[in-house]
Amino acid sequence: MGRYADNPAAIKALFRGNEVHRDVYIDQEIYKLEMKHLFANAWVFVGHESQTPNKGDYFSTQVGDQPVIQVRHSDGEVHVLHNRCPHKGTKIVIDRAGNTGKFFRCPYHAWSFKTDGCLLAIPLKKGYENTGFEKSDSGNGMKAVGEVRNYRGFIFCRLAETGISFEDYFGGSLSSIDNMVERSPAGRLEVAGPPLRYMHHCNWKMLVENQTDTCHPMVAHESSAGTAVKLWEELDMPEGTPLPPAMEIIAPFMSPYEFFENMGIRTWPNGHGHTGVHHSIHSNYSAIQGYMEKMVEAYGEEKAKAILNENRHNTVYFPNIMIKGPIQQLRVFIPLAADKTLVESYIYRLVDGPEQLTARTAMYNRMINAPTSIVGHDDLEMYERAQEGLQSDGMEWVNIQRLYEEDEDFSQEKVENGTTERQMRNQFDAWVKFMTADMNDVREAAE
Amino acid sequence: MSVSKDQLIDFIYEEVRMLDEGRYDEWLALWLKDGHYWMPLDYNQTDPLNVTSLMYEDLFMLKLRVERLNGARTFSQKPKSRCHHVIQRPFVDEMDEAAGTFVTKTFMHYVETRLDEQFLLALTARHELALVDGKLRIANKRVDILNCDAAFRNIQLLP
Ligand code: FES
Ligand SMILES: [Fe+2]
Repeated sequence: MGRYADNPAAIKALFRGNEVHRDVYIDQEIYKLEMKHLFANAWVFVGHESQTPNKGDYFSTQVGDQPVIQVRHSDGEVHVLHNRCPHKGTKIVIDRAGNTGKFFRCPYHAWSFKTDGCLLAIPLKKGYENTGFEKSDSGNGMKAVGEVRNYRGFIFCRLAETGISFEDYFGGSLSSIDNMVERSPAGRLEVAGPPLRYMHHCNWKMLVENQTDTCHPMVAHESSAGTAVKLWEELDMPEGTPLPPAMEIIAPFMSPYEFFENMGIRTWPNGHGHTGVHHSIHSNYSAIQGYMEKMVEAYGEEKAKAILNENRHNTVYFPNIMIKGPIQQLRVFIPLAADKTLVESYIYRLVDGPEQLTARTAMYNRMINAPTSIVGHDDLEMYERAQEGLQSDGMEWVNIQRLYEEDEDFSQEKVENGTTERQMRNQFDAWVKFMTADMNDVREAAE
Repeated sequence: MSVSKDQLIDFIYEEVRMLDEGRYDEWLALWLKDGHYWMPLDYNQTDPLNVTSLMYEDLFMLKLRVERLNGARTFSQKPKSRCHHVIQRPFVDEMDEAAGTFVTKTFMHYVETRLDEQFLLALTARHELALVDGKLRIANKRVDILNCDAAFRNIQLLP
């Protein structure tokens, strides 16, 4: 046993309000405990229902380090099953997506299962007669996750059988998903193509923290966004020339500190929060002809305006996704090891919305989130330098103190200056909570 | 003026040499101003616009990419990456002498390195070329990566 297992006091000591100990990023034991406690007890994003539109459609992914299958059952509901044969452990599906028909069939010894996981048939079943097989776990078929929730098309699950409810976990933060979905006149999103997949050699939390790090764009992205602004100026276009779409996307990264201070940051309990309360880098995209009319038709003028005037920048759903409502994007930060994170970046189209908006989000995705993206290169460089720098024994603590106040209370929603690092602290408050919630205390037990 | 098959093939060899030697100004000058460099994300992808690609860049974006490589504050290029193409003899798939337009397809291996990391990509490049004022130019270029659906680390130069 390491230093941290069954030792909630040691876990709690890693976060002291304005600083966090480097072990949360670099210690493999902590990573293992995150998978066992945090990712098991939190509500974690799985996929979007449009990835499995028809009965028998499946999609395979990971929740934390757990291989799972999202599948549309014969009753039309989306189920999430562990991707593991109850016989000898073989993964039931290995491709990323497909249709399995009415049942799954394991390729090793042909045990078969309904699409809700129930055992359907075993060849030569009489070999299990009088062996007590019915009483074994294997006799129950493929194991489902603890609980699944389809929220407006987004599939979340909690691996643990019991624990916090979906509503209590997300609370008011669901308003960001609501806004993203309501931007469709039909109130529905559909996934558009496969996600970008980008491998980072750093801890997953560095990526999550960076989503609300408003003091880095004008510095780390000077190389990309700054150069873009400079090249555009050199073209010396006549006054009033509209920015091309690529410039609309990249130029706001160079906004001054003041812009980010005024945009505001909102935090919600359980580690959720967003940048861009009042405005954001997405605020000044040019209007798409005909879209507003469609929205007014669908929602009425007042509500349509309210939906489109919301320009939230990045919303973090703790632990490991970020969405951008105004452009219908979702990034999931899949933790593979203490120093390895797979980032998958999805885009969605607005059902009944204009195709130009899909084109805009696709452009944003390839410009900002791709392994070939110059903005992505800027960010990855910083994360990986941090991962390496944290090996230094010169200092053990990481500073997250910007606009810190003593005895911060994260149990209430709060809006603050847009350059605060409160959301990072909020995440660590939730991190401690879900890491220790179901952890035995070995020292207490020994007493 | 007409163009021979050999000239088309030489053009492709010259182009990758420019990329490997970092002669980006010369490389940018090969492009027609409406050209796009497309690197799909999906195998056999047909739509560059409404689903994600790895790249779909016009000349402004390509210029930005190249300019950034030498920026004083381009930290991901300190130290710089290097790249290397090994190409098969290009196939000339279309030759429309009258219109002065040509299509080639080239299979290549691409190696990029920085610090202690190096990776290899297997590529298929499809060039649309045009003869303009007696010079061959790139009208469009599409680069398909064999394992386009894999999770990549940084790809910082131009495959
Ligand atoms: S391992 Fe699946 S049927 Fe044997
Ligand atoms: Fe960034």
